[in-house]
Amino acid sequence: MPHTLAGKIWDQHVVRTAPDEPDLLYIDLHLVHEVTSPQAFESLRLNGRPVRRPDLTIATVDHNNPTRGGYEAAEETSRRQMDALKENCAWAGIQLYGLGSRRQGIVHVIGPELGLTHPGKTIVCGDSHTSTHGAFGALAFGIGSSEVEHVLATQCLWQRRPRDLAVDIEGELPIGVTAKDLVLGLIAKVGISAGSGSAVEYRGSAIRGLSMEGRMTVCNMSIEWGARVGMVAPDDTTFAFLEGRPQAPQGPDWEAALERWRALPSDPDAEFDSVLSLDAGGLEPYVTWGTNPGQSAPISGRVPEPADETAERALRYMDLRPGTALQDIALDRVFIGSCTNARLEDLRLAASVVAGRHVHPRVRAMVVPGSASVKVAAEAEGLDRVFTDAGFEWRDAGCSMCLGMNTDILAPGERCASTSNRNFEGRQGSGGRTHLMSPPMAAAAAVAGHLVDVRELTR
Amino acid sequence: MRPLRVHRGRMAPLDRDNVDTDQIIPKQFLKRVERSGFGPFLFHDWRRDEKDFVLDRPQHRGASVLVAGANFGCGSSREHAPWALEDAGYRVVVAPSFADIFRSNCGKIGVLAVSLPEGRVRQLMEIASEAPETELTVDLERGLITAPGFEAGFAVDPFTRECLLNGWDEVALTLRHQDQISAYEARWGAATPG
Repeated sequence: MPHTLAGKIWDQHVVRTAPDEPDLLYIDLHLVHEVTSPQAFESLRLNGRPVRRPDLTIATVDHNNPTRGGYEAAEETSRRQMDALKENCAWAGIQLYGLGSRRQGIVHVIGPELGLTHPGKTIVCGDSHTSTHGAFGALAFGIGSSEVEHVLATQCLWQRRPRDLAVDIEGELPIGVTAKDLVLGLIAKVGISAGSGSAVEYRGSAIRGLSMEGRMTVCNMSIEWGARVGMVAPDDTTFAFLEGRPQAPQGPDWEAALERWRALPSDPDAEFDSVLSLDAGGLEPYVTWGTNPGQSAPISGRVPEPADETAERALRYMDLRPGTALQDIALDRVFIGSCTNARLEDLRLAASVVAGRHVHPRVRAMVVPGSASVKVAAEAEGLDRVFTDAGFEWRDAGCSMCLGMNTDILAPGERCASTSNRNFEGRQGSGGRTHLMSPPMAAAAAVAGHLVDVRELTR
Repeated sequence: MRPLRVHRGRMAPLDRDNVDTDQIIPKQFLKRVERSGFGPFLFHDWRRDEKDFVLDRPQHRGASVLVAGANFGCGSSREHAPWALEDAGYRVVVAPSFADIFRSNCGKIGVLAVSLPEGRVRQLMEIASEAPETELTVDLERGLITAPGFEAGFAVDPFTRECLLNGWDEVALTLRHQDQISAYEARWGAATPG
């Protein structure tokens, strides 16, 4: 019988299956961070339970570490969480890439960077953007703290098989249109809950043509339309990215792994429960105008008339009037960062826009690399100088203002162009207003002082 | 976790779609390393910014069933969201649909997430607004929600149902299958070197 990519990985990981029970699924890689794990470790200790496979578990601090000044600059409450993670990892024998480590960074950036994220693996993390790792053809999904505890104790999870949903994206992305615009355009089309209950496989020539960084951006935002899992079939682009990375298989193991990985893509006649499609050639740069990632429009557009109460609420919160040209929306802040868009390629694209230009005097702009390694690599290319010469702040790695758990937050009423993934009310700071977009679009907005079509700025 | 078989309680109607977990418990309250104490911060920003926020109206004080709009609990996987609901006294959430991770998290901590058709949820919203003293009975064993003049059947995942009815600790349940896990590890580890 033909199988889908998700179905094959699922079948390879079933430890136990029985009528009326979900499947007991084996987890190959568990990523841990400081915010969703302390309660899980506490419960293990209270129940006298050890961590079953510390060797399949990796931890880092990302959510609430400061992005300058190191540990000393952290708030007391943030230090407590970072300290707790350190103690818990020491107790359980888990490898921790803590503050100061050259491998520290956003959990979804460092997994692939270290070569820990492989095609065919089951990967979980107490974080909804775990879908990022699906870009490698892994079955990766976000879990809650009770499930974090469950995986620590058993290396397994009880799961129901998700529906198989394919998204065909054919055509070529126009110049100036990125993977971020592709996924924002998709969510605008299908709505923010269309992927509920599904494992999504992104297919088609536009997806094949994306770099691994671009595929990660797309898979990362699967959860923003309700899908826990978003995947791309592994191919030569995937293998080229992984080869030679510290935790990738080496030598004969690499050859054996390639053979396994090449058998993973969905069989040609595999059946999906549903199929959606999108024309890549018709996309423009997208920006959000509302308070969920589905409320977006091409940059050439206007703030729409609210279609329902949700949109009305959103416009009130965003302080926007229907009919306003999106390009007329003035900004206070720009944030380039997050697990969606803070990899080297993202920073290169943004830097190419700001090179030789200057941040608008009203705007405060910052770049937060996705990991300590991304920061080092960017500095080796001189990208830090491009940004700082243009008036950007150049920070240390972390989640930072994507969710504002450290001190990088918007003040009430401030309006921000952000390369992150969520424009929810208060997400980047209580009362703050977020417009999501791609790194080049955010870079262009920093220069212009308002939302702008990067293609006009760079023409 | 605390078992949940039959729950009786008053309702609070939150007539909004796509309520995300950032609203249920804003990020500034995620820094606790304990599992309890999140209740006072439930819907913190909405309570602060909106006069007469529905959950704070005197007639809804002490409500233990939250009736909400579609796609409830979307966004972040933070289990702090159901912890906050539970800590604030809510044991049941009724909505037309839920985000997957939120629904799963609820089932792990003894909060029942019930999906009902939109029309039935609308009816409950109306009852909650017009007759807030009404007690709703949520019978998980029979899969039935009743109130005077209202009755609706519901289904939940059978495994989640068993765990909730019995208050089972899922980890303990899984540890009974350790032999199967070890056998899998021996088999799978050999097949995937490196």
